[in-house]
Amino acid sequence: MSDSVQQVEQLVGQEYRWGFVSPVEADTVPKGLDEDVIRLISAKKQEPDFLLQWRLDAYRHWLGLAEPHWSSAHYAPIDYQDIIYYSAPKTQDRPKSLDEVDPELLRTYDKLGIPLKEQELLAGVAVDAVFDSVSVATTFKAQLKKLGIIFCSFSEAVREHPDLVRQYLGSVVPPGDNFFATLNSAVFSDGSFVYVPKGVRCPMELSTYFRINARATGQFERTLIVADEGATVSYLEGCTAPMRDEHQLHAAVVELVALEGATIKYSTVQNWYPGDKEGKGGIYNFVTKRGDCRGANSKISWTQVETGSAITWKYPSVILRGDNSVGEFYSVALANHFQQADTGTKMVHIGRNTRSTILSKGISAGHGSNAYRGLVKVLKSAHGARNYTQCDSLLMGDRCAAHTFPVIEVKNPAAGVEHEASTSKIGEDQLFYCKQRGIAEEDAVSMIVNGFCKEVFKELPMEFAVEAQKLLQVSLEGAIG
Amino acid sequence: MLEIRDLYAAVDGKTILKGITLTVNPGEVHAIMGPNGSGKSTLANILAGREGYRVESGSITWFGRDLTALPPEERAREGIFLAFQYPVEIPGVSNLYFLKAALNARRKHRGEPELDAMDFLALVKGKMADVGMDEAFLYRAVNEGFSGGEKKRNEILQMAVLEPTLAILDETDSGLDIDALKAVAAGVNRLRAPDRSIVLVTHYQRLLDHVVPDQVHVLAQGRIVKSGGRELALELEQRGYGWIEQEVAHEPLL
Repeated sequence: MSDSVQQVEQLVGQEYRWGFVSPVEADTVPKGLDEDVIRLISAKKQEPDFLLQWRLDAYRHWLGLAEPHWSSAHYAPIDYQDIIYYSAPKTQDRPKSLDEVDPELLRTYDKLGIPLKEQELLAGVAVDAVFDSVSVATTFKAQLKKLGIIFCSFSEAVREHPDLVRQYLGSVVPPGDNFFATLNSAVFSDGSFVYVPKGVRCPMELSTYFRINARATGQFERTLIVADEGATVSYLEGCTAPMRDEHQLHAAVVELVALEGATIKYSTVQNWYPGDKEGKGGIYNFVTKRGDCRGANSKISWTQVETGSAITWKYPSVILRGDNSVGEFYSVALANHFQQADTGTKMVHIGRNTRSTILSKGISAGHGSNAYRGLVKVLKSAHGARNYTQCDSLLMGDRCAAHTFPVIEVKNPAAGVEHEASTSKIGEDQLFYCKQRGIAEEDAVSMIVNGFCKEVFKELPMEFAVEAQKLLQVSLEGAIG
Repeated sequence: MLEIRDLYAAVDGKTILKGITLTVNPGEVHAIMGPNGSGKSTLANILAGREGYRVESGSITWFGRDLTALPPEERAREGIFLAFQYPVEIPGVSNLYFLKAALNARRKHRGEPELDAMDFLALVKGKMADVGMDEAFLYRAVNEGFSGGEKKRNEILQMAVLEPTLAILDETDSGLDIDALKAVAAGVNRLRAPDRSIVLVTHYQRLLDHVVPDQVHVLAQGRIVKSGGRELALELEQRGYGWIEQEVAHEPLL
């Protein structure tokens, strides 16, 4: 037992041990943000000097930026001095057992069929050890290492592979990119780092679930994935169960780099706390995700299922720089109760014969509001570029809203851009048809919604797709009736 | 089995059915005919429990129970099937999945074990051959992009799979070519059994050439104004609905 505990601590606890040695030390990270806080974060993480400078530059730039308000989301002003920029309290505030966890949350876990040990992990219980996962994680790491694949926490990457980090960090989302990305650059706490070497096809889906030491990365997460020439990798982000998290603001940054002939597939199922039925509480999910098809014949594919968060502000994009490169965006976004989702993508065609596909499915229920916001930009250099966009909205009830804001800029006359949009309502006639065949209303709603999302779900890895369906069902409970 | 007594019913607040009385016994086939707007489809939808269709007075009993107290899905599981006049499209949901969910809901209600994918596939393929539908329809979304005739055949397929105790066909014959009409008729005839009943709501008598009813009822202005055998349908075919409406007009209204 104690051996295993030690193993776990070695694997899990490194950042914690250095970061949060004692409550006293944790208390020394004060609320609010200034250069001292950033120096402190950097020092705690024993970062090289270039990274500290990088953070400070970002911070100084951020001071001159204003919070963007062009999205259709409405929320009270955020007090950036009222946030703790180092997630130390997380380990101390954890419930000691499942008895202390919100029963409503546990009920949801049961519906999703999540095993007890996993429930503890997801709910943030201070688990002594989830031995199965740990052993999985360990064998998993060894196997990857043999292939030269690096898959570790961002902090570990900074320590172990500083040259790679220095080469690629901020090369897709520069530190001054936008208000939230800049804030993230200054204060990011941790995240994931993946490097797949030349010609290597990663033999398994890389998932944060296996790398359990990433679970408490906090509100300013930073992920960097680099696929070297001819490499292939599929990455799964998040987990399919509702995460217990009290942080109001999540401002994450994800950067993907695909070199010549490389393929990156990035799948997300996001289910942060959406707030209650009256719209109180919930996560503000303000995320910058961008991929760079840097080499010819490269491909980046985003698939997202967004069911959580009070507000989602997220536009996973692809810069199609290399000739013949391919960008894809498949999205399902759900806004129930008082949730607001403003999401979409940017496809920037620079190289010749670049192709992009956008498939967006928005579901609005209750008082939820869902917006698709997208940009397809074809530069002069992009001869033969092609884009296909399809945006569908599904409305449930008559108090919700759906919006579509597509922007298309084409500077090359030989490019082809297609856009299709539809809005439909779950009709009384569809529901009655199902019910007349003996199908219960809840099952009918979930059947109709899943049918609507089918084209996106089939892009998800199999297991994820099944859980995403269950998740939609749970999220839509009582949406009609 | 089904007893309708002096039924008054409204759609969107407007009274359409004005005193319907009808008894359907096991094994019987009833045809409900009548001009447009006479209340035929309202009767079909009232029996299925569609929202917006409200019983104002009178009673409907189903094996001695008050049918109106049951929600539509319960009625379906109890064996009441409505073949829709306008079958609904459900994009992204395969016919196979939909049918299996429907059948298993009914089986569960009856305390029977649910069918697994293999058993269900075997069952449904047999039924498809009966109806003359290509198996490819199983993998297409429910009614999406189906022609009018294909949609009606699909209703008959669902009926064949669900084996209802009471099948109500709401103008299933309208707009069909002769082949599809024959397929629908054959589907209905196959279903005929001593413990099952069928109500055919139809405007024309041509379906009745293929499905011979035990009783024919003529609906006009929300009431059954004439009942008879097969010959009544033929008379309507020859003389149209005008003479019946005139007869009704001369009767004192209640």
